Amino acid sequence: MNTPLVDMGGVEKSFGAARALAGVDFQLMRGTCVGLVGHNGAGKSTLMNVLSGLIRPDAGSLRIDGEDFDRGYDPATAVGHGIRCVFQELSLCPNLTVAENLRISHPSIKGFGWRKTAGKVILESLDQIFPGHGINPDSEVGDLTIARRQMVEIARAFSIVDSQVDLVILDEPTSSLDQNAAAQLVTFIREFVSGSRSVVLISHLLGEILTASDTVVVMRDGVVVAVDDTTNFDRERLVRDMGDVLVDDSGFGTRINTKIVNSDPVVTGPRENGHQLILYPGEIIGFAGLSGHGQTNALVKIFEAAQGARRAISATEPAVFVAGDRQSDGIFPLWSITRNISVSSFARLMNRFSLDFDREDDEAAGWHKKLSIRTADMKNNILSLSGGNQQKALFARALGSDAKIVLMDDPMRGVDVGTKQEVYEILTEEAALGRALIWYTTETDELKHCDRVYVFREGHIVAELSGETLTEANILSSSFEAEDV
Amino acid sequence: MSRLLTPAMMRTLLPGLSLAALLAAIFYLQPRTMSYFGLNLLLNLAVPIALATIAQMFILCVNDLDLSLGAFISLTACITATWLNDAPLIGILALAACVAAYAALGALIHLRNLPSIVVTLGMSFVWTGIAVLVLPTPGGSAPGWIRTLMTLKPALVPFPIIAAVVIALTVHFGLMRSAAGVVLRGAGGNPKSVERAGWSMLRVKCTMFALAGFFGVLSGMALVGLTTSADANIALRYTLLSIAGGILGGGEFVGGRVSPIGAVIGAITLALAGSFLSFLRLNPDFQIGAQGVILILVLALRLLINSRGTRA
Repeated sequence: MNTPLVDMGGVEKSFGAARALAGVDFQLMRGTCVGLVGHNGAGKSTLMNVLSGLIRPDAGSLRIDGEDFDRGYDPATAVGHGIRCVFQELSLCPNLTVAENLRISHPSIKGFGWRKTAGKVILESLDQIFPGHGINPDSEVGDLTIARRQMVEIARAFSIVDSQVDLVILDEPTSSLDQNAAAQLVTFIREFVSGSRSVVLISHLLGEILTASDTVVVMRDGVVVAVDDTTNFDRERLVRDMGDVLVDDSGFGTRINTKIVNSDPVVTGPRENGHQLILYPGEIIGFAGLSGHGQTNALVKIFEAAQGARRAISATEPAVFVAGDRQSDGIFPLWSITRNISVSSFARLMNRFSLDFDREDDEAAGWHKKLSIRTADMKNNILSLSGGNQQKALFARALGSDAKIVLMDDPMRGVDVGTKQEVYEILTEEAALGRALIWYTTETDELKHCDRVYVFREGHIVAELSGETLTEANILSSSFEAEDV
Repeated sequence: MSRLLTPAMMRTLLPGLSLAALLAAIFYLQPRTMSYFGLNLLLNLAVPIALATIAQMFILCVNDLDLSLGAFISLTACITATWLNDAPLIGILALAACVAAYAALGALIHLRNLPSIVVTLGMSFVWTGIAVLVLPTPGGSAPGWIRTLMTLKPALVPFPIIAAVVIALTVHFGLMRSAAGVVLRGAGGNPKSVERAGWSMLRVKCTMFALAGFFGVLSGMALVGLTTSADANIALRYTLLSIAGGILGGGEFVGGRVSPIGAVIGAITLALAGSFLSFLRLNPDFQIGAQGVILILVLALRLLINSRGTRA
């Protein structure tokens, strides 16, 4: 009974010059939830990819349930031994229905009436984890919101057809979920590991790690730096062990009167329910509320208005958009980091006939330093960066343009604490220089950096908070009001 | 909102509606086509085009594009009109080798991560070259049984319509409804995810290309059954027709979104567009251009529906 379910020893992996794993030892007992934390680029995802058979390590041993695996360990073997994985980047097929996606990961669903079986299984799983999810198994995944897609993906990993599920790896499972669904998931994880099954939880939300896990493993720069019972950890120790700067805990509503004196508003929305969206240069405005309640939509409308389309909202200055869904809206996957940054500034970087490549490189080098993008060479392909660093490049792209309005669509999804601190500072600087920023975020903590916060519910602004009224309690109560009735 | 008018539903209905509109126009211009004989004549050549479109659709489904399909179908038509007629065993082996070659192309494209457009464009010359070797001058003759099948005159419903329905439904159930088909389509939507789930992308690509080759062979055989002879350039225009038909039928170039029923309808629409323009007494020089205009119209309509869908 005391054999660990998973026992990895001295696992090493390099990608070219970058050493992702530098000799990692990792044990996982049955019936526990292990919280795995660390910077982006610390090697968490790589380690889990080794465990799920997607990446072959350069060195090291892997035992599952006491059985030694050396060569020939692939995704099918992992799945055969009851290991499932929910990846950070959503990995459903958007052209298939929810039920059909279950079939992809469960080859045993086949034969006559398979569609019905698949629909039933995924629905049961969804009902169990996210009661009240409202997802139809016959709807195409591409038509679902990103939060619902994530729910489907999680439910898919936990659903049981005939093979056993011993271990579910959750890599940033709540990054797109609202707080309600995230809480449902944590409750379910505790229930799930009460038997002999296990969960590995990777999350940047430290509160989630502290409530959901039994053991915490902290990684830094490709090695495990701390393993301990969760009870011995608190937020500060976690952050300290990760090697991050301590989070500045000064409260909400400390940013006031930042608007540039005598300036005209750059964004003006219609008045609805007594609330009106107004944005002045120099301000950082937050969009809050449960995810998927119209915040992104509002950002898109402002962006379209800035491009000259007629919308209810008016915008008087050019705008840039920082996408949250990096893979689909953000990066140009075939381009270098440099080109991904400069694409918004081509007009400015032109000399008479062509792009001024020297200036392009100079500016990229500037961003490399300013945002400390972790790469040896900015000419590398953008995909060589870890998720958080890709996001930095997207910020550089937006901030490098001349646009006065910066629209951010939950840009910090899956970004580590240290990177966030750096970006916060830069955003504050940019605002002070006269830019106007709108920031949609699903993390309440980030709203501390805003002058005013508009809370969205069901597509409308239901509260405007600033100064003393800007508190976490107020944000939560306005986001949830409808459910309380 | 009413369930029937959702954008997804409109998208599905659009190919059928386009075909209905075109048919109505033809019937209006030339009422005599509204008969068993008339429909038979109108739709005869749609059968090989429909098969070619299905072949192309399999390739589109895994985010590739086949620019050699017309040349390939010409080759299979030449083999059908010569070897299959004279020495059936050799003919069958040769056609099976064609399918195997397609599967191998799929493997090559996957393993070396090559752009399918380049590989198939190159292969189109190879196919044409072999076709010229097989049948240097136009000629040959159709095997009797194929000729019989293609000129079948069933009671009540003309053969091309029955054939189109059978093709569409067979592929629909195989690709859209079956459990195996889901994996094949998923590979177009998110190959990484399919691979992570333990499926072999190599096998998926080989299967899809082999299926395309198989339907290409069927198309060539059907074509010879109608024309009774072949030449090395007989089906060159099928390459673009099949792509246009697949897209017209609701398919997309990337993302694994395809529709076999739509593809067959798209192919028939394109085949009919030619007749429609003849009935209009349009100068044949303008016909290809006019076909393009029809294509653009339908695609514009689809874009409109899509953009409405995202705004709603």
